[in-house]
Amino acid sequence: MSHLADAPLPAGTPVSPSPQQAGPGPGQHAMDPSRLARRSRAQTRVRWELLRNLIRKDLKVKYKGSTLGFAWSLANPMLLLVVYTFVFQIVLKSGIPRFGIYLMSGLLIWNAFSGSVSSACGAVVANANLVKKVRFPLAVLPLSAVGFAAVHFLLQLLVLFLVILLLGYNLIGTELLLIVPAGAVAITFTVALSLLVSALNVRYRDTSHLLDVALLAWFWLNPMVYAFGLIQNRLHEWTWVYLLNPMAVVVITFQRAIYDPGGGSTNSTPIQADLGYEFYLEHLAVAGAISIALLWVGFHVFRTMQADFAEDL
Amino acid sequence: MARHSSAYQRAAASPPGGRRPAAPRGPVDGATPVGPAALDPTTLDPAIPAPPSYPGVAAPPPGQLDPWGVPDAGDSAGARDGGAAPGGVPDAAVPLDVPRPIDAGEADSGSAVVIQGTGVSKRFVSYSNRATSLKERFVRRGGPAGDDFWALRDVDVTIGRGQTVGLAGANGSGKSTLLKVLAGILRPTSGQVSVQGRIASLLELGAGFNGELSGRDNVYLNASLLGLSKREIDRLFDSIVDFSELRHKIDDDVKHYSSGQYVRLGFAVAVHVDPDVLLVDEVLAVGDEAFQRKCLAKIAEFRAQGRTILFVTHSLDLIETMCDRILVLESGSLIYDGNPAVGTKLLRQKLGSLPAEGPVSWEYATVRPQSVAFSLDPGGLPLVQYDPGERLTVSVELDVTEGAPEQIYLHTYIVGQSEVPIWMMETPPGGLAVGPGRHIVDFSVPHLPELLGAFAVKVHVSDAISGAPVTTRRFEELFGVSGPQADGLLKVDYEARLRG
Ligand SMILES: Nc1ncnc2c1ncn2[C@@H]1O[C@H](COP(=O)(O)OP(=O)(O)O)[C@@H](O)[C@H]1O
Ligand SMILES: [Mg+2]
Repeated sequence: MSHLADAPLPAGTPVSPSPQQAGPGPGQHAMDPSRLARRSRAQTRVRWELLRNLIRKDLKVKYKGSTLGFAWSLANPMLLLVVYTFVFQIVLKSGIPRFGIYLMSGLLIWNAFSGSVSSACGAVVANANLVKKVRFPLAVLPLSAVGFAAVHFLLQLLVLFLVILLLGYNLIGTELLLIVPAGAVAITFTVALSLLVSALNVRYRDTSHLLDVALLAWFWLNPMVYAFGLIQNRLHEWTWVYLLNPMAVVVITFQRAIYDPGGGSTNSTPIQADLGYEFYLEHLAVAGAISIALLWVGFHVFRTMQADFAEDL
Repeated sequence: MARHSSAYQRAAASPPGGRRPAAPRGPVDGATPVGPAALDPTTLDPAIPAPPSYPGVAAPPPGQLDPWGVPDAGDSAGARDGGAAPGGVPDAAVPLDVPRPIDAGEADSGSAVVIQGTGVSKRFVSYSNRATSLKERFVRRGGPAGDDFWALRDVDVTIGRGQTVGLAGANGSGKSTLLKVLAGILRPTSGQVSVQGRIASLLELGAGFNGELSGRDNVYLNASLLGLSKREIDRLFDSIVDFSELRHKIDDDVKHYSSGQYVRLGFAVAVHVDPDVLLVDEVLAVGDEAFQRKCLAKIAEFRAQGRTILFVTHSLDLIETMCDRILVLESGSLIYDGNPAVGTKLLRQKLGSLPAEGPVSWEYATVRPQSVAFSLDPGGLPLVQYDPGERLTVSVELDVTEGAPEQIYLHTYIVGQSEVPIWMMETPPGGLAVGPGRHIVDFSVPHLPELLGAFAVKVHVSDAISGAPVTTRRFEELFGVSGPQADGLLKVDYEARLRG
């Protein structure tokens, strides 16, 4: 959540006063710039408050009267951790040590991404009555879906950290800082795609079905249940194509940041892409550029289509 | 009845002389849209559903540019999407004591125009012509644009600051669509819209309430959707709760509220947004009488504060008592813009005439009542105002086509307010033998009775031999009779005496 609140507003959302959208009121032709700036800041603040209120509403509605439900949603990934560790490490012998931690370090951010995008996709449609009757900044609808997922993600990440520390694995180190740029790329990419699909889904209702299928396939395009080295071994110099998927880059960076394979890697296949940081930062830069480009597209599409939301719903 | 007929009479005094009111210009229509009125909604903030392209936005006249060199676009959206002037002061600095403009006198002050729509049209694309899936989007492109529906056609509306305007019309005439276009929720297909100041649109009360949340949470959520900051809501919260009279239930889930309580809370939030412009759809119809009174009192208060109000209601009485002006929509066209008394009368006629249509619409009938004229004598000069005792001739022009019955029978009803038939005149027994062509049938009344009011004519044509109805036409033309009595339609002889 704090993540979200500190992230820059999507491109095009004016934060600073621009002449077009912060003109003086009627009869106040000579409004001084400081007032303009103040008003613009106030507007921005009101939007963030609205976003926060919507996220809070979603949380409240979802976990109303059931603290257990909330605890469960945190424990759920940890249960998965146990199951997958059993299946992959003991039954299938995948050769990835501490498989559960490996899996979770990538899966949490992926779940946050796919959860955001698929609930953002239906966000405008689900609030049809509101969109048709009240004028408000519509982008808060998909953004609140992202925020909702982000809150869960952060809490689950915290639980994962606790588990790692309890198991006595290595966690605290400079590599942990990698989650900051990786998180920034992830949130940019998630917001971009969320805006795009939420707008498309208003007019083209099959978007959500297509998205579900796409996310299912996309899951396997990230090295979460298999080692990244497997891809490197197959694709060799074409690995960069695989890494054009921003989520794959985010996933491997999170793994690098959180996952510590421990001393004895028994396998010839490297689990992690690289033991340094530059590799990740470079690829994050590319993924970030892709995400920003997509953000521009998503924002543009949203802005163009939102004028017709009330009519299409 | 007395009251209606007096409204009727007032209007009839200005000769209606057989014209269909072609949207007479309203009070501020003479206002030249200057400066702030000509703002460009395309520059609105993208995070709100600002129509990205209203075509052909008028350039502001020179000298009206703001310091930024662009037409002021700040308030049409800037204010409403959260422009929280701290302390809830309206951004547009509305002078609260502006005298409400009744005539065009103040039209030359630039900031007087608050709502300006020019040539606003709205077309709804029918679902069959619209790609509703990505698959279709790429497979089938640009189908025939046949069944599109024009919900608004070329509507021009200019509303000055501080006016209270009623918007009326039959169901489906486009009232809600117009409000949504003005509120920026729908994008007009063509035309421009600009609104000054913070808008509150009460299209539906409590839209966006979530039943799973308490009243308190919903107040915060709803107010923040309407653009209030947390600080403002904190400050207004008690006042909102007091207004809704729901303090005892404010921490209950909204799903346990009765529909009246729900609406009350919605209204309480909406009116605390402190709008410069209030757009109200038919929301006042819900709720009990006490609540309605409260709503109306609030609207009256807004009115007294010089805010601009545009509201939709089916209560024509309300429009007559509360509004400075009425806009009447019919099938998306603005057919009247002006005096409430005249507009409501027109609307009553229109609404009343609806069930009176004959088996075949007159345009397609074999005998078409083309026009009606009023004069003293057959063929005389047209006249609309008569005194009791005078002679009146009602001349009905018929267009008879091939295939019409050989003998036709005419019933001519003189109808008053609410389509009440006052009297009926019919052709002599056996009917009239008419061939194809134009014919005029004169009905002469030698001495008009002591009537008061304006009256219209309804002509019913039937086959004189079989008795089968051919068509019915209700004419819009009115004639007036100015009897001496102050109240009531008819003067009758009577005596009043105390007994026992
Ligand atoms: N989103 C929409 N798509 C298609 N037609 C619509 C839509 N909204 C309204 N209409 C049509 O536009 C017409 C005017 O509707 P409306 O403005 O709601 O009428 P009113 O409020 O005067 O009763 C109606 O015939 C309605 O069916
Ligand atoms: Mg309506």
